[in-house]
Amino acid sequence: MTDKTMTPEDVVARLRSGMTLGIGGWGSRRKPMALVRALLRSDVTDLTVVSYGGPDVGLLAAAGKIRRLVTAFVTLDSIPLEPHFRAARQEGSFELSEVDEAMFMWGLQAAANRLPFLPVRAGLGSDVMRVNPELKTVTSPYEDGETFVAMPALRMDAALVHVNRADRLGNGQYLGPDPYFDDLFCEAADSAYVSCEELVADFGTAAPQSLLIKRYAVTGVVATPHGAHFTSCVPDYDRDEAFQKLYATTPWPEFAARFLHGDEKSYQSAVQTWHEESA
Amino acid sequence: MTSRAEYCVLACADAWRDNGEVLASPMGTVPAIGARLAKRTFSPDLLLTDGEALLVGLDGRAEGWLPYRQHLAMVTGGRRHVMMGASQLDRFGNQNISCIGDWQRPARQLLGVRGAPVNTLNNPTSYWVPKHSRRVFVEKVDMVCGVGYDSAAAAGPSATRYHRIPRVVSDLGVLDFATPDHTMRLVSLHPGVTAEEVQDATGFPLARADEVPCTREPTAEELRLIREVIDPQGLRDREVPA
Repeated sequence: MTDKTMTPEDVVARLRSGMTLGIGGWGSRRKPMALVRALLRSDVTDLTVVSYGGPDVGLLAAAGKIRRLVTAFVTLDSIPLEPHFRAARQEGSFELSEVDEAMFMWGLQAAANRLPFLPVRAGLGSDVMRVNPELKTVTSPYEDGETFVAMPALRMDAALVHVNRADRLGNGQYLGPDPYFDDLFCEAADSAYVSCEELVADFGTAAPQSLLIKRYAVTGVVATPHGAHFTSCVPDYDRDEAFQKLYATTPWPEFAARFLHGDEKSYQSAVQTWHEESA
Repeated sequence: MTSRAEYCVLACADAWRDNGEVLASPMGTVPAIGARLAKRTFSPDLLLTDGEALLVGLDGRAEGWLPYRQHLAMVTGGRRHVMMGASQLDRFGNQNISCIGDWQRPARQLLGVRGAPVNTLNNPTSYWVPKHSRRVFVEKVDMVCGVGYDSAAAAGPSATRYHRIPRVVSDLGVLDFATPDHTMRLVSLHPGVTAEEVQDATGFPLARADEVPCTREPTAEELRLIREVIDPQGLRDREVPA
């Protein structure tokens, strides 16, 4: 059996500029932040990012790595508006494909099922159709004759997700209340990288429905304790609200210089030092 | 003396009256208090969430699981009545929470469309506006996120089939779209507010009767529930100052 463990640097070495990259989680919840930070340290750029957006999008936008963003929203949850995403949009720094939350989900479903599109009622009558002129409609061949949006598959070159536990083979387990869409991201991508709080030898007596991600859909597994920081990763930890506030209110060069100058270990220790100083 | 915030809670609660066994999805503090008031009084079968992935009873205990992917299925199944916020709202009920200005390069980027398109086409969608002003109630929204009656009609039968905007509650009164052409109508005024005040704070002409009634008075039990049980800390007054 293939041992798929690798480091964040190994993951990033497999990514190329210009790729379409999916990022799991939702808003400021269980985002693969350690992998995003590794991406920030690399020269990979010009990305099409597909994400229910949170600080993952904010960080990549602030670092100028996004060419096009596919999303329904970008938020920090407890802080509704993501400052770096806002600044980038107001400066016109990247292209945006703005779709509805459900359209996004059906785009993932279509890609995971190797379909070119799936019909969805959402989008009709809204300006989602105006700002995405490439979107087409499809008419039901049955008696109802209804017209729907043909949401195109959101197929991705690579996906990054973070879960609570994983084994070396690529099976991933979530322990919080919501799986979000991480399994779909993995299945909708040509390669998928799963970071986890803890690498386990087996899942013991875990409820089988918590075993979200299957190894056939996974290319690499990365053990990154606290790897979703500063987003939430319950039950391992809640969102680091104080640090998120710092992120949202500190000018980007200052924040990057203090926290993003080194590797993941130096990030985690810089965060710890900041907490000790501000305690 | 009933406060303005309490009339707003009452008007929000009444949005879920006679809705039956559906999910009440309030966004904002006053609608959240209103949904709980409705469930504790006249709409006991309503479902509520903890704001994350659990369906919870009034005691906060889980009675079901509703992760985002099931929540989106519930939306399209129609068994839900959401009350969303609105950065802009126009006379036909088109709503914007995405951005202000030109979408290509917005003057102010906001949240994005979120679930407004899927909500408005699939389940009843009401709105809550804590500060009624011409900045919110505009002639034309910059980006149609929540679909209004004119936009749904223009998009055809698939768009209108399940489309319904039962009411808009603001700090000044209650509005709806029960006019022949589905333009916004002033239904009731919170006590102390005049129809002229509401019109002055609205960027388009409102339909209204010659005499606009007041928003109804709370019962003694409703006031007790709001003040002592649901919101003893008075969070409602932060959203709608006295």
